[in-house]
Amino acid sequence: MTGQDGKSSGPERPAEKDASLESRLKSLDAGLKRATNQTEAEIRRESTSSDSSGIGQAMRLSTEFVAGIIVGGGLGWAVDKWLGTAPFGMIVLLMLGFGAGVMNVVRAAGLMKSRTDDKSGAQN
Amino acid sequence: MAGPIEQFEIKPIVSLGKIGGSEIAFTNSALFMVAAVAIIVLLFVYGTRNRSLVPGRLQSLAEMGYEFVANTVKDSAGHDGMKFMPLVFSLFMFVLVCNMLGMIPGAFTVTSHLIVTAALAALVILTVIIYGIAKHGSHFFGLFVPKGVHPLMLIILVPIEVISFVSRPISLSVRLFANMLAGHIALKIFAGFVATLLFAGGWAILSPLPLVLTIALIALEFLVAGLQAYVFAVLTCIYLHDALHPGH
Repeated sequence: MTGQDGKSSGPERPAEKDASLESRLKSLDAGLKRATNQTEAEIRRESTSSDSSGIGQAMRLSTEFVAGIIVGGGLGWAVDKWLGTAPFGMIVLLMLGFGAGVMNVVRAAGLMKSRTDDKSGAQN
Repeated sequence: MAGPIEQFEIKPIVSLGKIGGSEIAFTNSALFMVAAVAIIVLLFVYGTRNRSLVPGRLQSLAEMGYEFVANTVKDSAGHDGMKFMPLVFSLFMFVLVCNMLGMIPGAFTVTSHLIVTAALAALVILTVIIYGIAKHGSHFFGLFVPKGVHPLMLIILVPIEVISFVSRPISLSVRLFANMLAGHIALKIFAGFVATLLFAGGWAILSPLPLVLTIALIALEFLVAGLQAYVFAVLTCIYLHDALHPGH
């Protein structure tokens, strides 16, 4: 159908045909640019997300959590020993260490970053 | 038959004298560290000697190693993190080659000792602290103060952030050490089952079972060896990122 149209209108108005061709070319160019930009952005996003997640990420989580508790407990034990505040330093710092462990895991899982970004964005 | 722990025993090779009461010796651990450094240096000096446009086997290996670490640094620490590229690259290659050397049967695994991984982690954290303070001064301690939080919450959150920061070198060193130690012990035990079953009369029929498991474990151990080196490098980059941009 389009071929027939081109045949019938071609010899009569060549300038208009050129113009329409050019506009089509432009829109195609724009579409192509959009598509490549999108795929590039996707590739970038994928490459960063595959770095921050995956099996290496999984191995981080367990030790991050345990390390927080160990440090909390160790600090509590040291504080108790130095200041003689027998059970209280251990109790408080172990709980803080537990919190630090949870925070480590949340941060390692990459959940913290987006939330703080949202927050700062909303505040600004 | 040797027990599963004996492979981690440190044996002095050449005694270098005594300092205080303790003996200073060139041990099998030191030998494998030197071997790892020698392999890395050889790979990069020998691999890049031609600098051909179309790389040969060794050159492409060296280039792949460089590109891989460079991309990791750029992704995790940002472009201004590239000034730490030599540090991250040295750490990554050292851990990787030590892990891989440990996979050679009968070889000593340097990274299966907590003192080695703790020293590496201490190096990373001290770099972060010293560089962070030198560059940002007291602003570096803004790392411990999360933004957009009610001031009353800071009473709880600042100690948690401090503990979280202190736990970094511990998780960094314990992760590498525990993975290598546990993997090698498991490997040794399953390999030991093969020999035990083989000499247990009729039970010898069952001996291929642990053999299959051992083969699977060796594949897993190679994966873990590479992965742990990568995780170590990525975490180094993330911590260096904090030293470069503490305010977030």
